[in-house]
Amino acid sequence: MSGPSTYVPKSAAARWLETRLPILGLVHSSFIAFPNPRNLNYFWTFGGILAFMLVAQIATGVTLAMHYTPESTLAFSSVEHIMRDVNYGWLLRYVHANGASMFFIAVYIHIFRGIYYGSYKAPREVLWLLGIVIYLLMMATGFMGYVLPWGQMSGWGATVITSLFSAIPFVGNAVTQWLWGGFAVDNATLNRFFSLHYLLPFMIAGVVVLHIWALHVPGSNNPAGIEPKSSKDTLPFHPYFTVKDGFSLVCFLVFYAWFVFFIPNYLNHADNYIEFNPLVTPAHIVPEWYYLPFYAILRSIPDKLGGVIAMFSAIVLLAFLPWLDTSRIKSANYRPLYRIAFWFFVLDAILLGFIGSQPPEGGYVIAGQLLTAYYFIHLLVIVPLLGLFETPRPLPASIADAVLGHGHGSAAAMSARATSAPNTRG
Amino acid sequence: MRKLTLTRPALLSTCASALLGLALLQSQAFAQAPAAGQTPGKEAPAAESPAAPKAETNAEGHTPQGANGAPATQKAEEDTTPPPVAWSFTGLFGHFDTAQLQRGFKIYKEVCSNCHAMKYVAFRNLADPGGPEFSESQVKALAASYQIHDGPNDTGEMFDRPGRPSDYFPWAFPNAAAARAALGGLPPDMSVLAKARSWERGFPQFIFDAFTQSEEAEGPTYIHAILNGYTHPDDPNWNLYMPGHKIAMAKPLSDGQVEYTDGSPQTVAQYSQDVAAFLMWVAEPKLEERKATGFRVVIILAVFAGLLFFIKRRIWARVGGDVVVGAP
Repeated sequence: MSGPSTYVPKSAAARWLETRLPILGLVHSSFIAFPNPRNLNYFWTFGGILAFMLVAQIATGVTLAMHYTPESTLAFSSVEHIMRDVNYGWLLRYVHANGASMFFIAVYIHIFRGIYYGSYKAPREVLWLLGIVIYLLMMATGFMGYVLPWGQMSGWGATVITSLFSAIPFVGNAVTQWLWGGFAVDNATLNRFFSLHYLLPFMIAGVVVLHIWALHVPGSNNPAGIEPKSSKDTLPFHPYFTVKDGFSLVCFLVFYAWFVFFIPNYLNHADNYIEFNPLVTPAHIVPEWYYLPFYAILRSIPDKLGGVIAMFSAIVLLAFLPWLDTSRIKSANYRPLYRIAFWFFVLDAILLGFIGSQPPEGGYVIAGQLLTAYYFIHLLVIVPLLGLFETPRPLPASIADAVLGHGHGSAAAMSARATSAPNTRG
Repeated sequence: MRKLTLTRPALLSTCASALLGLALLQSQAFAQAPAAGQTPGKEAPAAESPAAPKAETNAEGHTPQGANGAPATQKAEEDTTPPPVAWSFTGLFGHFDTAQLQRGFKIYKEVCSNCHAMKYVAFRNLADPGGPEFSESQVKALAASYQIHDGPNDTGEMFDRPGRPSDYFPWAFPNAAAARAALGGLPPDMSVLAKARSWERGFPQFIFDAFTQSEEAEGPTYIHAILNGYTHPDDPNWNLYMPGHKIAMAKPLSDGQVEYTDGSPQTVAQYSQDVAAFLMWVAEPKLEERKATGFRVVIILAVFAGLLFFIKRRIWARVGGDVVVGAP
């Protein structure tokens, strides 16, 4: 997607097409000849895994929509119809429902990888911002998808989340009723959520195209956090990274299959197998696991509007990371203090997730407030200040040096193979 | 400064094989359960053995006259976690015990169905593979013994007719209001009941659950516990395992209430297991197919991953191997 293609059509048909629509050259330069830093580790394979998950979710989702009925008195039973009477309906539904969780597991690894290795820094700010847009779209899609089975958690989760908008001063109630299409979560809400749940994945796909485009202009960041300087620093995408991504994807699929076939309801809530009843509130209303850290932040602020602002700014602040981070060193491998702060941030997010799953009482409230405070302190204080005061370790001269162990700052942690066969390269 | 000599794929594959080994061990532990389940005579002791202190309570529960009942009940009141049951359907190779499902269906038909609906299950499902597996003729005869409200006919009249295998189980009440009026409450539909019940597992138990698959057995274990939880003989609506201990359903089962023809013990301990297993099948009728498919899928993917690993290593050998750990 960047620069003129080096693709040379081999057959007459390919030449015919290429002179009319240079799509083969585009594919060739983007996914075959594309130069990738040769030192990418397995955390860089999650982009490919996410692309696979998007396609898998759309494929299973479109099929499920052929058998699902978005009507409040029929939705729950149409899901049971899928589970019982549709050929492999149980498989489609479990693949799709657990697929959402797998999508989020992969995206969280992908995001934290970007944060650790400073992948949001120049010249990749737009790439990062597009990623945040995709993440927001994913959250909206996942939320609306969870409403569709029309169980107790579907309906009450939708009630809690849509009620957040009523915190907006003056127009809050009007906005909430506009979202509901009525005066409560009901058939009109279900109908529009289904419509939007079908639409948003295609919007995600569109932004993913932009995301990949923005990636292919500067190329991938890498664990050393220095840009490739010569052809020694890179390898063609195919076969080196297609096979590496493929291996990683299949390992991920084993993990995915364990959930689908052996613990399909593990990430679900038992209450969602009870049909939604607006007159009976469940004892604990818990959102899906991937929203729990933000749910904990929401509940940590005693004021409703304040909680909503805190929750949304927790997400929006991530978009400002390229400008909050004052360090010019990308990779945390060369930032001894930031590296520690990073892991505390990860721990903070995980603990917030746990707090979000617990009832808001006693020690959980105080713990949630402290963890929320730390979340914002990390992003607003620690990250900007560390860049100013931290002394980074010396960077390797080039990626090839980092890989082959000739640079001074990078002699350790080399691949066993590279040291055992030093003559094959360099 | 660390020196990592292990490459990450090697680490990954070690982890993967360790996990697979763990899973297989798990399945061996569970594999003994169906063996016990197939011989109904052995089931009752198995049911009571996993939690010794609670077995005492259970026994006390269905022999209501006990002078020393009070202290035992008090002791049990402290622990309201449902006691574990050795189900045949948990684990990697779990499958339903056909005889148990048939007994469980008998309890549903004679006891539960007087109040509870089961609207997503059709008569024909009773003949499905991986279920109670009644024969086609048995299902036909069973369906015909029900009267189904149907219509309107050509003259616009509603009418009753004998059931057909394609009909769904009818409810004893014409509508929810009628059930509420007659029973003082609305009994939950039983179609997905076994997946709709659980209890708080807490940390770190919920992490282990991801490996042991015990989440799957939570619903039926809870139902089994409820049926054995009527430990206050003076109060038929008191239940040890019900949150708040108040249950609208009075003690539904007592010893000898349902007649078994296969020689299984006619006790509440046995009834409660059989009907809970039946409800699990009702809620998850494709469980056996799911696990059998899953085992093949995981094996194929694991082999594929192994092949890809070696291909990847060979391809990367051309450029001196892959750096897996990255820069320090």
